[in-house]
Amino acid sequence: MTDRELIMQLSDAMGVSGEEGPVRDLIWSYVRASVDEAFTDTMGNLYVSRREGRKGPVLMVSAHMDEVGLMIHHIESDGLLRFSAVGGLDPRILPGRAVVVGPKQIPGVIGAPPIHLSSPGERKKALPMDDLYIDIGADDRAEAEKLVKPGDRAVFATKSEPFGDGLLKGKALDNRVGCALLVRTMAMDCPFPVTGVFTVQEEIGLRGARVAAYRVEPAMALILEGTTCADTPGTEDHEQSTRLGDGPAITFMDGSVIPNRVMVEALIEAAERAGVPWQWKRTTFGGTDGGAVHKVREGVPTAVLSVPCRYIHGPAAVMSLSDFDAARRTVAEFLAHVDGVWARIMEERGMHP
Amino acid sequence: MTTATEHPRREALVQLIRELTAVPGPSGHEQSVRARLQELVAPYADEVRVDPLGNLIVTGRSRKGEGGGPQSRRIMLAAHMDEIGVIAIHIDDDGFVRIRPIGGVSPTMLLAQRVRFTNGTVGVVGSEPVEKPGDLTFEKLFVDIGAASKEEAQARIRIGDAASLCHRVEEAGSHRLIGKGLDDRSGCAVLVQTLRELADNPSPHAVYFVFTVQEEVGLRGAGPAAYGIEPDFALAVDVTATGDYPKAKTLDVGLGKGVAIKVQDRSVIAHRGVRELLVETAEAAGIPYQLEILPFGGTDAGAIHLTRAGVPSGVVSLPTRYLHTPGEMVDVRDLDAAVSLLLEVLRQDVIELGEP
Repeated sequence: MTDRELIMQLSDAMGVSGEEGPVRDLIWSYVRASVDEAFTDTMGNLYVSRREGRKGPVLMVSAHMDEVGLMIHHIESDGLLRFSAVGGLDPRILPGRAVVVGPKQIPGVIGAPPIHLSSPGERKKALPMDDLYIDIGADDRAEAEKLVKPGDRAVFATKSEPFGDGLLKGKALDNRVGCALLVRTMAMDCPFPVTGVFTVQEEIGLRGARVAAYRVEPAMALILEGTTCADTPGTEDHEQSTRLGDGPAITFMDGSVIPNRVMVEALIEAAERAGVPWQWKRTTFGGTDGGAVHKVREGVPTAVLSVPCRYIHGPAAVMSLSDFDAARRTVAEFLAHVDGVWARIMEERGMHP
Repeated sequence: MTTATEHPRREALVQLIRELTAVPGPSGHEQSVRARLQELVAPYADEVRVDPLGNLIVTGRSRKGEGGGPQSRRIMLAAHMDEIGVIAIHIDDDGFVRIRPIGGVSPTMLLAQRVRFTNGTVGVVGSEPVEKPGDLTFEKLFVDIGAASKEEAQARIRIGDAASLCHRVEEAGSHRLIGKGLDDRSGCAVLVQTLRELADNPSPHAVYFVFTVQEEVGLRGAGPAAYGIEPDFALAVDVTATGDYPKAKTLDVGLGKGVAIKVQDRSVIAHRGVRELLVETAEAAGIPYQLEILPFGGTDAGAIHLTRAGVPSGVVSLPTRYLHTPGEMVDVRDLDAAVSLLLEVLRQDVIELGEP
């Protein structure tokens, strides 16, 4: 399977935080051939390991499976569905969107008054989420209840597709692009044992990664992400987070973690050895699973590598396959020399492994 | 300042603070501070180690042959090495460096200040023109490191390099110091001095002096350190705000009125037993103290007390005016009292904590 097909299939799967099952099943079908051990914990984190023929401290590589979305919390008597956000969703982008609801993938649309029926004043304001509803075409509550129930999740109905010059759009590139990268990672050579963790519930507060890191007890952790990209008109140079096509982004600080300096340097060296471009992630807000992982037990040296994605947490994010390819090569180089990285970390601590 | 012969401990504390604040150590970039502390503590410690996040964990001298008895406690003392600062996020075509805050930094405070990057590069903070002070945001600020071009700037610093304020400590009046980074190098100085004095007459307990990382960005270092140590109880030693300047918010903590014993802040409610141990010890030894109830802010105790199955935790606070500015002010007599209090606690043969 090509990288493009892999990312597209993963992006189209439905896996709002807390309901990651379909994504987990899909990932398992891809990785089962390349791993020695696998395990799913009570929260739904999927652990896959490669230990055979490898010695040394464990490297944990993780990517979150969940995506932002909506949760149905009430069915009105007229069959319309009231919902709330799961994760960070901007209410301004919701009205008029096509969505699919629940495990039966019922098609729906987020209802809002059309332009003809709203006053100019109303059109200047974003509708709050409480005023919106999903219309699944049901006549009344009884008919709607046959199709959906409170607690069901909904996602944008976007099907991923390639476009432009090597670009891809999809609803859940944050973070199926990281999942795709981790699928590829499990097939890579590494002197140390590697445990890949596909985590749950990142979008609602880095919840799965924390317990995963506790279980794995890794010596180092590498977090794979799809990150914000702001290279669009009107954004000044120093306010741009990342730029599409400039290679994977390396984090020096975000709102949740200050990555280990040795690992950051090692990622840069890996990209340069691989002969691919890389860039800094230049904003310092937001968080990733790294924020939870680095504080687990006695602490874990952690780094974050991201593929830039425009318009994340919206109906269609956009990424570049060349960035994915550069990220993949960077991770491969990093893994191949991870023993040297570990030696440098221990040396900085005044210890001799 | 009082002479060394009159107050050798106060003189030592001032000297420690001078040395420790001279080294930049914004959160996540504490290595220079850690290296200096390692030199300072080495002669007085049984063991020194650095944990995975960079916390410096120093085991104090134990009483030979007596430590480790059934009465012995594992006690963690924590002061954070890191300070607020800025991080370089972009270098423009003319060599100006764009920055973002590390920890609680006000852009208004930062304007026109000098900063020093951890590699020694010095610059001054400038701003794009703004109409009114309220428009001053980090997006408008930059650091001018005296570079004439992007290339020259890139040769001297890199994206991701961090800087802190770089003012030297000044003595003000007989007892007070003004400087940057007193939050929490004052606490580090108190721990080093306590370790030194304890070496002559060791504690019957296992005492871990921990210099933590990344407190200013959310108490990130202290929890993992406590996880590794598994202490019976813990004391954070950190600065606290005061309410003793013109029209300050009501806060019954003042400079020069003794060490402050925390009741609570936004991150922790001090364990009653630990708090009472501190209060009773101060009363018995005649050490000046004040009780502190801080309606904002947090300390490493906030992370430590939630580690593993929970750690009874308290805070020995050092009253400080004008926090997170280049003009932080402490009173050395309060720091002196903090050392006395810690020594009196650590030298008790039997420590029984009361109910929470």
